[in-house]
Amino acid sequence: MAAPVNRNRHRVGDGLRTRAVLLTLVLATTALALIAPLAVIFSEAFARGFSAYAEALVRPDTLHAIGLTLITALVCVPVNIGFGIAAAWAVTKFSFPGRNLLLAVVELPFSISPIVAGVAYLFVYGGQGLFGPFLQAHDIKIVFALPAIILASMFVTAPFVVRELVPLMMAQGRDEEEAAVSLGANGFDVLRLVTLPNVRFALLYGAALCNARVMGEFGAVSVVSGNIRGQTSTLALQIELLYQDSHVLAAFAAATVLAGVALFTLVAKYLIERAERARGERAPARRPGH
Amino acid sequence: MPRLRFAFPAGAGRRAPRSVIPGFRLSLGLTLLYLGLIVMLPIGALLLKAADVGFWGYIAIITSPRTLASFQITITTAAAAALFNAVYGLGLAWVLVRYEFPGKRLLDAMVDVPFALPTAVAGLALTALFAKNGWFGAPLAQWGIQVAYAPAGIVCAMAFTSIPFVVRTVQPVLEDMEPELEEAAATLGATDFTIFRRVIFPTLFPAFLAGTSLAFARSLGEFGAVVFIAGNQPFRTEIVALLTFIRLEEYDYAAAAAIAVTMLGLAFLMLLVVNAVQTWHQRSAMGEG
Repeated sequence: MAAPVNRNRHRVGDGLRTRAVLLTLVLATTALALIAPLAVIFSEAFARGFSAYAEALVRPDTLHAIGLTLITALVCVPVNIGFGIAAAWAVTKFSFPGRNLLLAVVELPFSISPIVAGVAYLFVYGGQGLFGPFLQAHDIKIVFALPAIILASMFVTAPFVVRELVPLMMAQGRDEEEAAVSLGANGFDVLRLVTLPNVRFALLYGAALCNARVMGEFGAVSVVSGNIRGQTSTLALQIELLYQDSHVLAAFAAATVLAGVALFTLVAKYLIERAERARGERAPARRPGH
Repeated sequence: MPRLRFAFPAGAGRRAPRSVIPGFRLSLGLTLLYLGLIVMLPIGALLLKAADVGFWGYIAIITSPRTLASFQITITTAAAAALFNAVYGLGLAWVLVRYEFPGKRLLDAMVDVPFALPTAVAGLALTALFAKNGWFGAPLAQWGIQVAYAPAGIVCAMAFTSIPFVVRTVQPVLEDMEPELEEAAATLGATDFTIFRRVIFPTLFPAFLAGTSLAFARSLGEFGAVVFIAGNQPFRTEIVALLTFIRLEEYDYAAAAAIAVTMLGLAFLMLLVVNAVQTWHQRSAMGEG
């Protein structure tokens, strides 16, 4: 017989009045603080109709910025996936001293302001930097060019895939991999056929977050790219350039692209979490972290 | 943001059997190479550059009135933003865990918008909202309140970008809370307010404090959203991150290095605070479980 659970339990804040007041306050604040900023982007972008929006979007400099942003993401996301898998493999399949320190270093970029990251990169590859004289002597251009944009994006996104994989791979343990090895599988087969299928949703989610951050990164990229019009301005930087030049409609049109990427990422997150639940894969509690 | 999500129990390495799984050297080697080149090398270069400035040079840069003003502005606005998020985040987490209402799943998903939305887009959106003819700016102007191009604008930008922290740290603790505690207190005759103050809030407090510290730390370093709305006047609405940027554009690399290394130090300090709070949090969770 099913016990009559939770029927008459007293729970704090369940009174009708408390509930109504709290819900109203929270929902009103959410409408003002979360929904209005998202809505105003689309409202402003489409203020003069769809054709004006389309015209404002397909400016040559905006299209160039979109291309540059796509190239950056196409390099950064796969590299981040590779690094994430290697780091999670090392940390969860083996025991060695300093694992916690290693994970702390992986998470370090989350704590560092993007501006500080950009400045730090200038002091490595810039004219005043560690390798500056060498790079100038050999005519290699890193700062104020695509390589620096990619490097700075790699810095800010370093933790994304690792932090999704590690808790899950740790919970899953090593048994399946050890069984596969004892049956004669080599390391790459174990990774491809055993480990990755077990963590594919977490991997996808980490990659989606990494992609959103790469495409939207502003501070670090604005320092190292020099934000040269039509050359090194990524989409996020292009929004600022357009806004400063009073091309307000074009700025909002460009912003809708990045807002679209953000919404797509959230939908992907929702679908991935649903798929995890459906598979009975216990999703590790998602912790905040940008 | 600053947080160690997973810690291996001390001594686990010694007790665990040697792994038969291959790829240790390859995976660890790749990891160390990547972290070395991408994360540690630039931080090292920044520290070297800051060391070049020398002790007295550093003191002179950091204690210049404009630098001090920017630190004061950044810290006070970040504190105000963290305060907003402490209250709103706690309310949002409470509503999401305790109540059933239509659109709850959507609201839960919306919480992550500030993390997914690029900061420049957030800054542009907030500037439009608080402009003189904007949705919020127009009614506020009638009351004589200006948000855009004022310190209040910085608070709004920082508050928006750090909304998820308190919600996402408090939510799991609130979900795991056992109803028996409240029932026992109610049986003993405690009012709802007393139960919240004496039973529920103390349980939530470590997570709540950790989330608020994370929000504060994030706000200290925020740049993209703030530069759009702040107006960026020295001594009034110039944040530290922007001043670093300006010093770079003036080719004053010593000042940029000194200010950046101070921000780095502040970030490390917050990292230590958050980790200490989190250790306390885990210990208090274990004590009850």
